[in-house]
Amino acid sequence: MSKVTSMQDAVRDLVRDGDTVAIEGFTHLINFAAGHEIVRQRRRDLTLARMTPDVIYDQMIGAGVARKLIFSWMGNPGVGNLHAVRRRVEKADPEPLELEEYSHFGMVSRYMAGAANLPFFPIRSYYESDIPVANPKILPMRSPYDDGTEVYVVPALRPDVAIVAAQRADDSGDTQIWGLLGCQKEVAFAAKRLIVVVEEVVEESVIRRDPNRTVIPGAIVDAVVEEPFGCHPSFAQGYYDRDNRFYLEWDTIAKQQETLDAWLDEWVHGTANHREYVEKFGDAHWDALRPEQALSGEVDYGRYA
Amino acid sequence: VSEPAATELGYSKSEIMIAASARLLGGARNCFVGVGLPNIVCNLAQRTVAPELQLIYESGVYGARPERLPLSIGDPTLATGATSIVSMYELFAYYLQRGHVDVAFLGGAQIDRFGNLNTTVIGDYAHPKVRLPGSGGACEIAIHAKQVLVIMRQAQRSFVEKLDFRTSPGHSGDPAHDAARGWSGSGPTNVVTDFGTYVFDEETGEMTLVSMHPGVTLDDIRGSMGWEVRLAHEVGETPAPTAQELSLIREELDPGGIYTK
Repeated sequence: MSKVTSMQDAVRDLVRDGDTVAIEGFTHLINFAAGHEIVRQRRRDLTLARMTPDVIYDQMIGAGVARKLIFSWMGNPGVGNLHAVRRRVEKADPEPLELEEYSHFGMVSRYMAGAANLPFFPIRSYYESDIPVANPKILPMRSPYDDGTEVYVVPALRPDVAIVAAQRADDSGDTQIWGLLGCQKEVAFAAKRLIVVVEEVVEESVIRRDPNRTVIPGAIVDAVVEEPFGCHPSFAQGYYDRDNRFYLEWDTIAKQQETLDAWLDEWVHGTANHREYVEKFGDAHWDALRPEQALSGEVDYGRYA
Repeated sequence: VSEPAATELGYSKSEIMIAASARLLGGARNCFVGVGLPNIVCNLAQRTVAPELQLIYESGVYGARPERLPLSIGDPTLATGATSIVSMYELFAYYLQRGHVDVAFLGGAQIDRFGNLNTTVIGDYAHPKVRLPGSGGACEIAIHAKQVLVIMRQAQRSFVEKLDFRTSPGHSGDPAHDAARGWSGSGPTNVVTDFGTYVFDEETGEMTLVSMHPGVTLDDIRGSMGWEVRLAHEVGETPAPTAQELSLIREELDPGGIYTK
């Protein structure tokens, strides 16, 4: 059965006020289109989880959809600060933002526990760091096997809804990713509801030709949204490059709440959907971000009839 | 503080920091890279003292061969042509935690004399004056990488007597304690600043000045850190970047001068 739907319907049906929402993607495959639609539909009191809250969460937090942030590194990668997040954390402007902070390994491991249906996950980190002082959910634990090892444990993270971007899926949600994998698979399995957003919906036969590349099975997917350039200004390997200029421009836009609001009014509230956002940039913008081809080699799976 | 002009010496502060850091990578194999200066350092080392160097990025890339200067640790140029791309769990668990990372780079807003680093907050944690990015992978990198190189610009506000927050552990100041930790890493090994280079004393774990860059005086060093600097028996002069190093940096690695001006 086809799970293909519009972004508008997917967000309306699956993202609720007060939810814990994870839009993952490590630099690669960050689904800005979903973030924008959540802003358009004016969701409130969300807890946003993400290893690296970057420009997408600065936009969403600046738009006022969230009350809490769970993270391991916040910043505009390669550029600097997240001004909207910092205003709320440093000055409670216009309102406070609750933080729950881990390291990257801790966040990944929280998703691992969620995905594997475990209560917590042990890692060797946090020794002699102040992070567990700041976040009492990170706890020391002695190995039960009497080997003298001390580990730290982090609690499972099971977002109410995860939004995972990928290059392609079939209409039932079998999803393939190449390039940087981030923690897309882990967050997909950890979440209670899952929206997959892809550059292209393809025939099932395309997926079946290369099963090793499938990271998410359709069985755990609630909705499939086809959204070309849905990750802009992030990127989709092989489809379009990271729009580094936008990340630089965001630094100026976000410095004042007024310019941030004006940007949201023009580019998010002022567009009905992501297709209009894409059209507003114009073809030349997208042509400039298209990489030259670099095809993978093929492998022989063999036919065993 | 006297700051020798780049024009006078023929190279910039960033360039001598890059060259001095790259020379520390001689013979290294698996190197955990960050963006900015560390990325240029590693690419320079690969072309000079460490041809076997494998570039590892926390985004999950092992053995990157970037065709352009990456502008983030997740730049698509790192994926195309790499030896392997793994999930972030695998990268942190199988590569880093398992002890397969020989050398890594860290920096921060604050460092203390034992190489502890703060990348979390300036001021009180609950009510910070400045909210910084946080750990990212730094905390576990500090614990597991066999060798940790710190590249930082030196100033009173960043080389401090006491950190506002300890994000990533360095040495404790008690060598017996450090030896009993059982971590796969040995803590920070070198600090390269815009003024000089430091190692950590084996007896005390304390940052120790081993060389000053050409034109830098001991007064410059003392005026830019929050504790009385410990000196090696002999403090030398950091060798200036060679013509080969400079041409690699300027013509191949950062032709736009984004990180090296």
